[in-house]
Amino acid sequence: MSDLLTVRDLRVTFSLRREGAMPWASPTLLRAVNGVDFTLRAGETLGIVGESGCGKSTLARALIGLVPATGQAEWIDGRDLLNLTPRQMMAYRQDIQMVFQDPLASLNPRMTVGQIIAEPLVTHRPDLPRAEIRERVRAMMEKVGLLPNQINRYPHEFSGGQCQRIGIARALIVEPRLVICDEPVSALDVSIQAQVINLLIRLQKELGLSLIFIAHDLSVVKHVSDRVMVLYLGKVMELASASDLYGSPQHPYTQALLSAVPVPDPTVEAARTIVPLKGDLPSPMNPPSGCVFRTRCPRAEARCAAEVPALAGGDHAVACHFPGPLTEAEIARAREVA
Amino acid sequence: MVIDQQKMQSLSARMVEAEVKGRSPWADARRRFFRNRAAMLGLTILVLVTLFALFGGAFAQWSNEELDFSVMGRVAELGAPSLANGHYFGTDNLGRDLYARTVQGTQISLMVGVVGAAIAVIVGTLYGATAGYIGGRTDQIMMRAVDILMSIPYMFVLILLLVMFGRSMSMLFLGIGLISWLDMSRIVRGQTLSLKNREFVEAARATGVSSFRIIIRHIVPNLLGVVAVYATLLVPLMILTESFISFLGLGVQEPLTSWGALISEGAGTMNYGTLWQLAFPLFFFVITLFGFFFVGDGLRDALDPKER
Ligand code: SF4
Repeated sequence: MSDLLTVRDLRVTFSLRREGAMPWASPTLLRAVNGVDFTLRAGETLGIVGESGCGKSTLARALIGLVPATGQAEWIDGRDLLNLTPRQMMAYRQDIQMVFQDPLASLNPRMTVGQIIAEPLVTHRPDLPRAEIRERVRAMMEKVGLLPNQINRYPHEFSGGQCQRIGIARALIVEPRLVICDEPVSALDVSIQAQVINLLIRLQKELGLSLIFIAHDLSVVKHVSDRVMVLYLGKVMELASASDLYGSPQHPYTQALLSAVPVPDPTVEAARTIVPLKGDLPSPMNPPSGCVFRTRCPRAEARCAAEVPALAGGDHAVACHFPGPLTEAEIARAREVA
Repeated sequence: MVIDQQKMQSLSARMVEAEVKGRSPWADARRRFFRNRAAMLGLTILVLVTLFALFGGAFAQWSNEELDFSVMGRVAELGAPSLANGHYFGTDNLGRDLYARTVQGTQISLMVGVVGAAIAVIVGTLYGATAGYIGGRTDQIMMRAVDILMSIPYMFVLILLLVMFGRSMSMLFLGIGLISWLDMSRIVRGQTLSLKNREFVEAARATGVSSFRIIIRHIVPNLLGVVAVYATLLVPLMILTESFISFLGLGVQEPLTSWGALISEGAGTMNYGTLWQLAFPLFFFVITLFGFFFVGDGLRDALDPKER
């Protein structure tokens, strides 16, 4: 499999000005994404997991060019997406589409479903006749499980799940190669979540898409992803194939996250040990030195504060000085503090 | 099997069914508006006043320039409203038919109001939406310009303009148009700022829709509610401004007239027993203002159901 997208050292930094500060005062820097590397192979799904505020949405927005970023994001044809002029980027916008978190808010309330779904097509293929566009929209609606005769309805007449299907149809109408799903199901009812996820999986197989699937807990990502990347404070903590990551998580943070995932089997559920995370997420404006996770890590040592752990380990990459399963003693310590 | 077949048939039947017509947010708002009694009353008044302005002239027995020599000089006794001599609203001090004059004044006042509001809507919306959408330094500069223009006492400037360049309709429109869009652009900019971070705008930006198209297709249609409400409230404001200027004697010039000018004339002769000269123009003036305010209120309720 070839690499569709290779991201190297991607950084997004926002400079925040304090309200009422003098114009010459230097602004505070918020490093939302702080040096992320990963590759995405053609046709695979990469899950990105992290607590809210870890920079996963910002990462998605950087890839699609909604927020300025530095670093490199090399597309399959060798072009660096982050250093293109807006005009050059236009050609790639067709290849990279996005599905948003809030299904209703991502649809313009004053436009009909047909107009919404057609918008990317109208933008990228202005040469298509209207009848053809309409035909394609209807075909796409059918594909995502909407009745094509609803084409003239407005978003507020649909349920959340249906709105998300509209969002998916809009993303797929231009036949992209990569779809970035930014928490596509977290705003939906649990019963609907599975439907939408299954739809995404089915469409991915049918169309040979690559997906970047962002979520804030590991359980949703599990069924979708080939590989999973765990983010914390804008940095990659662990990146491995889904089976490796769920089977033998190495990073203490991943283990803590995993322990919080509910298990459907009641006996297993009762037996599992939750590793609590102590304290709150540190402010991204003032991240801890060394390993960013050290303030909440049950295994933290002096070296963790001094040295930044590099992401190492090939296919199962971990950014930790002391990777490995948590011991009983460490779990006990984590519980004590929390 | 049978059940399956039925299901399939009903499904396929639904698939080929004619396209369902959607209920747009506008249609919803229209329904709510038509259920609002006060707003409907206001709308009826406005329609009647407009009809009066358009076709009232056809019923006049006298033109608005003719002097009725039979009542001249004895207006207080002979010039009162009467059907017999064709002066439905009586005559003014010079013996001109007040009915024809009121029709003419209504036309001009409404025109001033509507044109002023229209300028405000077009210029203010585009200006505010552009400033808000582009943001950053452009926004700063554009809005500071508005602040500066707003800080000028506009009545003073308007009067100065009319005095310097002579009183004319075009000068009046220019003056009113110059000031009316400032508030509108501020309101629109505020709305745009909140709209521009909504996900549907982000979605459009992500697929590469041009800024111009985003403003026209995504921002402006979602602002239109606020703009419509503000515009209906702006019309009476414009009418008031014009009337005030005319009342001061600086507005429209004879032989043209407006409500303000008529009211001013009527007020001048109030003490000589010719109260109708004040009453008729004032009546139209007041009911029109009420009409616009009721409609504006109704629109606001209809377009923003959450507020109630
Ligand atoms: S580097 Fe140290 S602080 Fe960071 S996760 Fe590993 S053990 Fe914990």
